[in-house]
Amino acid sequence: MNLEIFITLIYIVASVLFIVGLKQMGSPATARKANLLSAVGMLLAIVATLLTKGLEFQWIIVGIIVGSIVGIYIALTMAMTAMPQMVALLNGSGGLASFIVGWSSYHYQPNASLLTTVSTYLAVLIGGVTFTGSVLAWAKLEEKMTGKPIVFAGQKVVNSLLLLVLLGGGIMFCLDPVHNYPIFIVIMVLSLILGVMAIIPIGGGDMPVVISLLNSYSGMAGCATGFVIINSMLIVTGSLVGASGIVLTQIMCKAMNRSLANVLFSGFGSVTKKKAGEEVKGEIKPITVADAYPVLEAARSVVFVPGYGLAVAQAQHVVRELGELLEKNGTEVRYGIHPVAGRMPGHMNILLAEANVSYEQLVEMDSINPTMETVDVCIVVGANDVVNPAARHDKGSPIYGMPIINVDKAKTVFVLKRSMNTGFAGIENELFYYDNTRMLFGDAKQSVQGLVAEFKSK
Amino acid sequence: MATHLDPLTLINLIFLFVIAIFLGVELISKVPSILHTPLMSGSNAISGITIVGAILSTGLTPGSTFCTVLGTFAVVFATINVVGGYLVTDRMLKMFKSKAADTKPGVKK
Repeated sequence: MNLEIFITLIYIVASVLFIVGLKQMGSPATARKANLLSAVGMLLAIVATLLTKGLEFQWIIVGIIVGSIVGIYIALTMAMTAMPQMVALLNGSGGLASFIVGWSSYHYQPNASLLTTVSTYLAVLIGGVTFTGSVLAWAKLEEKMTGKPIVFAGQKVVNSLLLLVLLGGGIMFCLDPVHNYPIFIVIMVLSLILGVMAIIPIGGGDMPVVISLLNSYSGMAGCATGFVIINSMLIVTGSLVGASGIVLTQIMCKAMNRSLANVLFSGFGSVTKKKAGEEVKGEIKPITVADAYPVLEAARSVVFVPGYGLAVAQAQHVVRELGELLEKNGTEVRYGIHPVAGRMPGHMNILLAEANVSYEQLVEMDSINPTMETVDVCIVVGANDVVNPAARHDKGSPIYGMPIINVDKAKTVFVLKRSMNTGFAGIENELFYYDNTRMLFGDAKQSVQGLVAEFKSK
Repeated sequence: MATHLDPLTLINLIFLFVIAIFLGVELISKVPSILHTPLMSGSNAISGITIVGAILSTGLTPGSTFCTVLGTFAVVFATINVVGGYLVTDRMLKMFKSKAADTKPGVKK
């Protein structure tokens, strides 16, 4: 059999494995196998590529060995709580690879056809944006830099100019690639800068959207690389990833009741206004661990609502312990998960799964809300904006219209909170002033530990 | 590695691209939100497929040391994406346990 045909056949098998892998991701029971299938597909694709006639191996092997060592090290040593930034970093790594492949392909063959040149341009542009964008997202999540939106005067002008030069330069480059290496270098540098400029005005609370979007870009970058080297498998696979990022981005935006444009550009201007809203009336009612215990002890149904604060306080294990004690006591325990709680899609599920909470107990917002009125105690751990009732009725609130978990409908709400600081969006939360709300001030982990101790001592 | 994309090939590739996007949207829309993080890191690993391009641009550019160097870097980064991505995803999915499978005493509903 012709070698090229054989390689392409293996590519087809690999693509099918990727597709089946994504399909079986649909259930926690099959997901692990699905990931394995997908990895086998990747292995097949790599081996098939290595069969290509005339390939020189030594540097490829060096690259794969070095990359594997780094990849294994990263994957096995990182803490589960650092997952969002890790995903961002790995994502950026893929974007950078596409960027370099585009560069190398142009360097080797500057006189390619117009269409190949356009694809190269796109691979470098999307790859570059993915790379620096992901690194910046990583820095924000890792708190190497401020999580707040960074805005400055003239930002819009600078960005428009950047896009204009990238577009104009792109056209000039594509029309005459042989003589325009300097323009190509400018394009490379500007696409890296564009990635930075695109992410700095976005706040840390909007990170679930950003991470999903960057995920989509990395797929698209792979796709563009596929057009450069004319490889169907790269295009199919890149599109699958691109689509997955788009779907997740949409889900995240819907869960915040904001358009993608609003998330990406709202940093401009919006920070200066807002917060003109009236003071929330009512009284804060603090509670101590000793007073909270009897309420929990008597509760028939308890729902935990975790937020990013759970990750910060590393409280997932004690929360699970408390949950188990409650169950032993005959209480029904569930966890209400808001789609954008945390810093990436599904963040809370990962944390709680790490702490051995079974996935049947992790209930989506839409399923838990209708049952909220029958819940005796709702324990809010490190969540704020996703439980703010103002989203339902206060038209002046910046989060108005965002779907929330209706914890205020439970008979009693315990809010575990360090202080009265506002949440990520900087919005006052009227939930804290409600009659059925009790504030349990202090470090979330210590508070829950206190409750666990109460249960154990009785 | 010398490629020349002509219009007919381009149209065929765009055809594939469009179909694959639709397929991707259909597949992903069915994934429950509980699995969104592993889905993301798993698809992230798949996006490391660009390693194919990296391998070809390392091994099929004879005579250009510069391209070999660039290609090697691309292979390194793509491999990090692939290996790191799949391992991290597996680590995550390993943690998802069903109550039925959990044999710890006293935890039963």
